Amino acid sequence: MTVIAYLLPAALALGFLGLVAFLWCLKTRQYEDLDGAAYRSLLDQEPDDKR
Amino acid sequence: MSAHATNVDSTLAADGLPNLGCCPTARQISGRGQLPAGPLGVPNAAPDAYVARAANGEFELAFILDNLTCAACVGDIEGRLSRIPGITSARVNLTLGRLRVTWTDPAFAPSRIAAELTALGYRAIPYDAAKLERLADDRDKKLLRAMAVAGFAAANIMLISVSVWSGNVTDMGPATRDFFHWISALIALPAIAYAGQPFFASAWGAVRHGRVNMDVPISLGVLLATLASVMESARSGEHAYFDAAVMLLFFLLIGRYLDQNMRAKTQSVAANLLALQAVAATVIEPDGRRRSCPADQLRPGMVVAVAPGDRIPADGIVTRGRSDVDTSLVSGESLPQAVAPGTQVYAGTLALSGGLDIEVTSADRDTLLGQIVALMTNATQAKSGHTMLADRAARLYAPAVHVLAATTFAGWMLLGAGGWHPALMAAVAVLIITCPCALGLAVPAVQTVATAALLRAGVLLKSGEALERLAEVDTVVFDKTGTLTLGQPEYVGGDGATPEDLALAARLAQSTRHPLAQALVRHVGVPPRPVPVQETPGLGVSAIVDGRQVRLGHRDWCGGAATSAPTTTHSELWLKVDGRPPVRFFFRDAPRGDARRVIEALRNKSIDVEMLSGDRRAVAAPLAQALGIVTVLAEARPDAKVAHLKTLAAQGRKVLMVGDGLNDAPALALAHVSMAPASGADISQSAADIVYRGEALDPVRRAIAIARVARRRMRENLILAVIYNVLAVPLAMAGLVTPLIAALAMSGSSIVVVLNALRLSHQAKDRAP
Repeated sequence: MTVIAYLLPAALALGFLGLVAFLWCLKTRQYEDLDGAAYRSLLDQEPDDKR
Repeated sequence: MSAHATNVDSTLAADGLPNLGCCPTARQISGRGQLPAGPLGVPNAAPDAYVARAANGEFELAFILDNLTCAACVGDIEGRLSRIPGITSARVNLTLGRLRVTWTDPAFAPSRIAAELTALGYRAIPYDAAKLERLADDRDKKLLRAMAVAGFAAANIMLISVSVWSGNVTDMGPATRDFFHWISALIALPAIAYAGQPFFASAWGAVRHGRVNMDVPISLGVLLATLASVMESARSGEHAYFDAAVMLLFFLLIGRYLDQNMRAKTQSVAANLLALQAVAATVIEPDGRRRSCPADQLRPGMVVAVAPGDRIPADGIVTRGRSDVDTSLVSGESLPQAVAPGTQVYAGTLALSGGLDIEVTSADRDTLLGQIVALMTNATQAKSGHTMLADRAARLYAPAVHVLAATTFAGWMLLGAGGWHPALMAAVAVLIITCPCALGLAVPAVQTVATAALLRAGVLLKSGEALERLAEVDTVVFDKTGTLTLGQPEYVGGDGATPEDLALAARLAQSTRHPLAQALVRHVGVPPRPVPVQETPGLGVSAIVDGRQVRLGHRDWCGGAATSAPTTTHSELWLKVDGRPPVRFFFRDAPRGDARRVIEALRNKSIDVEMLSGDRRAVAAPLAQALGIVTVLAEARPDAKVAHLKTLAAQGRKVLMVGDGLNDAPALALAHVSMAPASGADISQSAADIVYRGEALDPVRRAIAIARVARRRMRENLILAVIYNVLAVPLAMAGLVTPLIAALAMSGSSIVVVLNALRLSHQAKDRAP
């Protein structure tokens, strides 16, 4: 059963990583315009965003 | 922005979003649309009043873009705007149809942005971003974050729980089991404390005011299940319900999020339409300077300039200029009316051929437009109440659950089977099993799928309620001009005109925007060689062709009055070539291509169809007959339309009103549910519950069909949820529900409900090829 000692933390850590990634996406406003994001991939080039 | 991307996109738009008349480019190709599109189309209002100062010192201006649908639009706008020196960023939000521009230089003139958008052919309305956006945004994000946390916790606890369940029937020792339970608790407790907040807050609010809402049993169930599980873990028990508690939260949050998302979407449609009404006017000061002023701040006595293609912002008297004015949105009259200095004009009408100066006689609430708005507000208040299906279900649900759980606890205590511990566990199991996973998902899932299906059909909902109301419709009342008809004339024939005359007339007609002239050009088809013409606004155009004076226009102007030609119900255009008697061409407002088919289809579903028109009976009746409509009310003023709808409502009929004009707005607001085409007046769009796009009338039929299927799915889902409870609750009351069974039952019922909702999407496709 010693396998639990590293499998369990590993599973939890991976899940947690996913959670953090999602929260980061949310915070950087990547969920604001889902339709636009789908279409933007069709544009040849992104206009300069000088922000 | 390259031509390549535009091509890619227009193909996409043609495949995925039929009939949307996508971006201005596409609209120009299709040559339709109520407003004359293109670079010289509708000048955008000066936006100075709406500039905001962002926290970092940048200036910020937000626009609502009226005709924005595809990637080409996004690329064009962002590309062109960010090339203007001074602009630091321009970002289009395609989902919401909005644009945000920032710059740092205080000397930068924001009117340049408006001018650029006009040049691109977009109708851009500046708006107050702070007022519209922030609130909904925050709530939305909070739910998403809670959902993410609950999802993470549910997945990991389930992983551990599966090991415990399989360990319980094999060789897992109590020590390992307890260890796993405590790990579950470690994940579950913070997750529940965070993700449960939306429910706890709402439940606490209700309890504090002595009420019970849906969130009370939910909170009670989750909290009790968690508490019981901690106790079980502490006394080294076999069963812990951490997975059930967290999974419950996760499913419920999905339902809540779908619901919220749909509400935000419908609200943004409504808000966009509302902002469209706030048009700015150009005021000419006594010293000749021009400034921009919101239309609701105009006062009698001011002089406003109206450019060709602009809407007239207030009622007034023309002081300078001649033009043809399109009054169709106000009166339902399909032909433009010629105006000259001294003529009274009304707010909301459209100056077509020439610029005008107008002295305001009444503004804002006192205008004809304002009176219609007042009529509309009254009508909205008179609108019948409607309880949503989900609310009705919830009202029955909360007390039932509490009674069941209490009965279980009392029953076990009375039977005396082992004291309070098994009694509590059984009561907790009841609460978990009855927790409205399926119920909470049943309606939002269907609504989400239905909204998406409607969007594909070009139909935008402004509230979730509209969907349910639409499903109940048994009578459809259509407005005539612009709804059943195209609102634009079609050539039907000539009187004494030879094909040469027609070709000659088309050559002259080409250079004017008068609807009849444009219909003539459309009929001739092949663009004839243009000739240099002189336009006399309100009368017609003249030119010298092959050394002879040629006139095309009104009857009197072309000498038609001298002939004894009888008047007809058709609209007419006269052609006068020097030295020959004048000839005339006839036009009519043609019905939409699919109008007859749609009306027939509605009939087949035993829906009554009626027609309401502000136009003359002589015009309305023949059209109704041609379309197979029996009940016609012609020459109806806005208040007469409202009265008619009230009569219908008094007869217990559920009426869907479809109309595009300003004169329809009060009727739209009053009807059980209402639809307006996107080409209609802004105010009628904001009065209606639903807006549809495209040239066809078919979205009306499809919307009703989809709404009906959606209602059936919602009912089925609620019934499924009830069946599930009937099966599972007795087990829980008997104390037979282990965490494994609870997990299976909960996820099983939720999945069934979601799958049933998804079925709608396929059906919507089948029914609407």
